[in-house]
Amino acid sequence: MHPAYSVIFFTTATGAGYGLIALLGLLAAFGLVQPDLWFGFTSFGLASCLIAAGLLSSTGHLGHPERAWRAFSQWRSSWLSREGVAAVLTFVPIGLLVLGWVVLGRSGGWVAAVGILTALCAAITVSSTAMIYASLKPIAQWHSRFTLPGYLLYSATSGLVLLSAIMQAFGRPSAAWMIAAILFTLASWGWKLATWRHNDGAGMAADLNSATGLAGGTVRSVEWPHTEQNYLMKEMGFRVARKHQQKLRTIVQLAAFALPAGLLLIDLLFGGGISTLLASLAVVSQLSGLLVERWLFFAEAKHTITLYYGLA
Amino acid sequence: MTCVPATTEKSLGLVIDLDSCVGCQACVTSCKEWNTGGHMAPLTDLKPYDGGVDGVWFNRVHTYEQTTDAGSRTVHFPRSCLHCAEPACVTVCPTGASYKRESDGIVLVNEDKCIGCKLCSWACPYGAREFDTDVGVMKKCTLCVDRIYNENLPEADRVPACVAACPTSARHFGDLADPLSPVSQLVEARGGVPLMPELGYRPTNRYLPPRAKKSNAVTSGAPPLSDASPAGGFLGWVDRLLSA
Repeated sequence: MHPAYSVIFFTTATGAGYGLIALLGLLAAFGLVQPDLWFGFTSFGLASCLIAAGLLSSTGHLGHPERAWRAFSQWRSSWLSREGVAAVLTFVPIGLLVLGWVVLGRSGGWVAAVGILTALCAAITVSSTAMIYASLKPIAQWHSRFTLPGYLLYSATSGLVLLSAIMQAFGRPSAAWMIAAILFTLASWGWKLATWRHNDGAGMAADLNSATGLAGGTVRSVEWPHTEQNYLMKEMGFRVARKHQQKLRTIVQLAAFALPAGLLLIDLLFGGGISTLLASLAVVSQLSGLLVERWLFFAEAKHTITLYYGLA
Repeated sequence: MTCVPATTEKSLGLVIDLDSCVGCQACVTSCKEWNTGGHMAPLTDLKPYDGGVDGVWFNRVHTYEQTTDAGSRTVHFPRSCLHCAEPACVTVCPTGASYKRESDGIVLVNEDKCIGCKLCSWACPYGAREFDTDVGVMKKCTLCVDRIYNENLPEADRVPACVAACPTSARHFGDLADPLSPVSQLVEARGGVPLMPELGYRPTNRYLPPRAKKSNAVTSGAPPLSDASPAGGFLGWVDRLLSA
């Protein structure tokens, strides 16, 4: 599948933003961090910026962005529409949480309730994003049991790493959150490796025999209907060279998982004066790595239309 | 609404005979000609007289070689929208631009509601939908909805343009929900198949597989050609004389 840059940025940025905001909701709900105006302002500000930038970017690949409001209407059948509705609804508990926890400095009671609601809404929004891809039967690499948990895991992981960096910056280092960030990063690494192994063996959702109705024997494409690349080949037939694929997979493992986990571990053990720097580097490295991961998510996906062109 | 109707009054669709199709592309050009002025007009062409020519077509004819124990054969394969009973292209649409008609089962796009997100083209395993980069909306086969009910046309012409154009009668149009319709009976008689049934889209269109090759094919009975450079006899003497 052709990787649209706006969609790659959108899923990565909102993933990290919703991950962070869900964690802030849980922190507020269970009183794990005392309310603080500047900590709250910075962390909610950062998460909201990631979400808003991602959502705006998602309209970048549309043919008619001015009609994007229509996408809220078909939530009964469409995961894309559900995602839009969930994304907008999530801003309600976020707003209430900012009012109660950040501005009024309260915790417990209704603030705890909207904290849990924020986390729940964020999880629903990320799940809807994942289901857009997981529900597409023509693409075996997406229509798998790995897609939904993957999106939730990478969202929680990047949220945790962001949270660790913000806590360091505000002089509230917490070993528990850093250990959680490291463990989630390692779990994400494992999940990505398992996903790649599954995808490499998944092949295509159908074969050319059933695609053409020609039962038995082998079917081989000998002539395309056209001499130049058309929309279908550009959009669905996007192929990344094998050698690049392996290099990119190495980059993902280093930047998104190995380096952040290592930086956070060094930070945890010997942090001291440069702990904020180390945690910030972990954030930058992981988000860059996840952008490459998302690029591969699209580039490695094989659509059944490529069967018809003999490109599968 | 992008929820798919549970049942449709009719299931209009095409039956394509892979035994008769000769890959002449008449259906392709006829489709383009009608539809570039029809319901989904225009069928944009980009750089038509230049390198990197591109454009929107609703019907494309591939050519395949099928090799079995009985030998190899060339099969021309027209590919267009199958007007599925479970069209995921409709259910994934976030705006309601894509819909399936309850009256005849035709899958259409309302161009005024389409935001051009392309998700429907990802959801179609058959590559039936093509994005018009010029207009910014998705386009697809309408089953010539503006021909088949068109009372300004003579009754015989109220069929999709591709069906009207086919010189070998490889394309047939009708109601596949009615078991007594000519198309349903043709599917029954020839063992017509749906494409990629394992994906569960329940396509309406059917493809008739090529007939089995005849083992008792007619032989021409012509005698073998005589040797061009005979060794003996009169012709041999002439050959030697002229070769000297």
